[in-house]
Amino acid sequence: MGIFDKLQPLAAARRALAEKGVKSINVTMEEVLSPTEAVINGRRTILVGTNNYLGLTFDAGCIQAACKALQEQGTGTTGSRMANGTFAGHVALERELADFFGCRGAIVFSTGYVANLGMLSALAQPGDVILLDADCHASIYDGCRLGGAEVIRFRHNDVSDLEKRLRRLGDRAANALILVEGIYSMLGDRAPLKEIAAVKRQYGACLLVDEAHSVGVLGNRGRGLAEEVGVEESVDFIVGTFSKSLGAIGGFAVSNHPELELIRYASRPYIFTASPSPSTIASTRTALQLLRTRSELRTRLWENARRLYQRLSELNFRLGPEVSPIVAVRLPNPEEAIFLWNGLLERGVYVNLVLPPATPDGGALLRCSVSAGHTPEQVDRICEAFTSLRETAQTAQTIGTVTSPPARGGSV
Amino acid sequence: MTGYEEILRELLAILKTFAKSGQTLQEETDLVADLGLDSLRVMKLVVEVEDRFDISIPINTLPNIRTIRDFAVQLEQLLGEAH
Repeated sequence: MGIFDKLQPLAAARRALAEKGVKSINVTMEEVLSPTEAVINGRRTILVGTNNYLGLTFDAGCIQAACKALQEQGTGTTGSRMANGTFAGHVALERELADFFGCRGAIVFSTGYVANLGMLSALAQPGDVILLDADCHASIYDGCRLGGAEVIRFRHNDVSDLEKRLRRLGDRAANALILVEGIYSMLGDRAPLKEIAAVKRQYGACLLVDEAHSVGVLGNRGRGLAEEVGVEESVDFIVGTFSKSLGAIGGFAVSNHPELELIRYASRPYIFTASPSPSTIASTRTALQLLRTRSELRTRLWENARRLYQRLSELNFRLGPEVSPIVAVRLPNPEEAIFLWNGLLERGVYVNLVLPPATPDGGALLRCSVSAGHTPEQVDRICEAFTSLRETAQTAQTIGTVTSPPARGGSV
Repeated sequence: MTGYEEILRELLAILKTFAKSGQTLQEETDLVADLGLDSLRVMKLVVEVEDRFDISIPINTLPNIRTIRDFAVQLEQLLGEAH
C-alpha cells in the first residue's frame, strides 16, 4: 500500500461533494471589508460564520496597538516561550488574563488548539483517567491522545451518565479529569455546568472548562459560563482562545492551582512551538480591555442572536436547542444543506457548512455565528436570504422543516 | 464475573441490530470491513455495549478492536478489572 493510498477516500468524498454542487468548502475571502463583510466570488457578502463575537477585528484601538508593536518589536518572536519567545507583552497579557479571571496564574499559548494540546497532554498522562463530553472539540480529543491517559466519553450534556461513569471508576474517580465546554461549537448549546460542578465536588475530581465560545459572550463580566452560573470556584482550569471574541489568534489557560506554572515545563506544545507575534499580543491585550469595559458589545451580540434565532424559528427551521450566538440550522442530509448553503452564498450570505462526521448526530448543519458587529439591517438581510430560499418551489415543502422532534443531547 | 462465551453471546445479540439483513456474524467478523460500521455507528455500538455491561470502554482501546472476538476479549478484560 502506497503512502498516498489512505488519502484516496478523501478524494472520492471531494468528488462526491462536487457532484452535489459544492465547488469548494474552503471559500476564499477575496477582500475583507469589515468584521461582518467580505468579497467572496466577486460578491459583497455578509459573514455569518466567523466566531467574531464582539466584532473587534477592525477595532481602531486594536489595530493601532498591533501596528505600534509591529514597528517597535518586529514581525515575529522567532522562538519558543521557553527560549527567546517571551517578550514583555506575553508576560503582561498573562498577568491581565489572570486578573480578568480572578485567578492566581495564566499561560499564553500560540493558538486555542495548542492551548488544549498543551494543557491536556501535560495534565493527564498514562495511568490517569479523563472523562470528556462526547461533543468536545477535536483539540480536546487530540490533547487527550497526546497525553496518553485513559479516555472515557460520557453522553453529551448528560450529568447522570457522567456520574455513573465516575462511580464505575471507584477510587480512581478522585484523580479523574473532567472535560467540558462552556458553549459547544456546533449547536451552540451550553454545558449544564452547575450540575457538573456539583458532581465534580462530590467525587473530588478535577474540572477543566473550555470557554473558547463563551468568553466575551456569557457572564456579567464576560468571563464565560462558569461565571454565568456561579461555579468559578469549582473549576480547576479554564482554557480559551484569542481567535473568537478577542479577534486575533492564540490561546490561554488560567487556574488558581500553583502547579499551573509547572505546566510550562511539562507541555511539549508550549515548549516546541514559536510564541504569538508581538502584534497579536498587543491587539489581544487591547481587545481584552474592550471586553472588560464595553459590556454593550455583549448586549448587542445577544440582541442579534435572539433576532436571528427567533426569525429562523418562525421560518420553521430546526435549530439548536437554545438561543446562542451560534445558531445552527439542522438539516437531515448533506444534499439539503448544500442546496441551502449554495443559495445563501449566491444571495450574499456566508455561513459554515458542516457535514458528517463533524456533526454531533450525523446530520448536516448550516452553522451561523452572529457578531456584535452585525447591524439589525444585516440580520434582516440574512433572514431575507433564508426566507427567499424557503419560498422557492422546491424547498418550501421539503427543506429542513420541523417534521420530527429535535434530537437534544442524544448524540454520542 | 461474566465469562467469554456469555460476553460473546450478548455482544452478538447487540451486533445483530448493526448487521445487514441476513448477514452471518462470527468471531472473525470485522466490524469495519464486514459490517461497514463508520465512526459514528462504532460510537453508537460502544455506548450500547457500555450500557448492557455497565462498564466504561476507554476510547484508547478502540484502535485495537478489529473483529468481534477482539471486542469480546477486550470486554472480558474490562469486566475482570471492574470486579
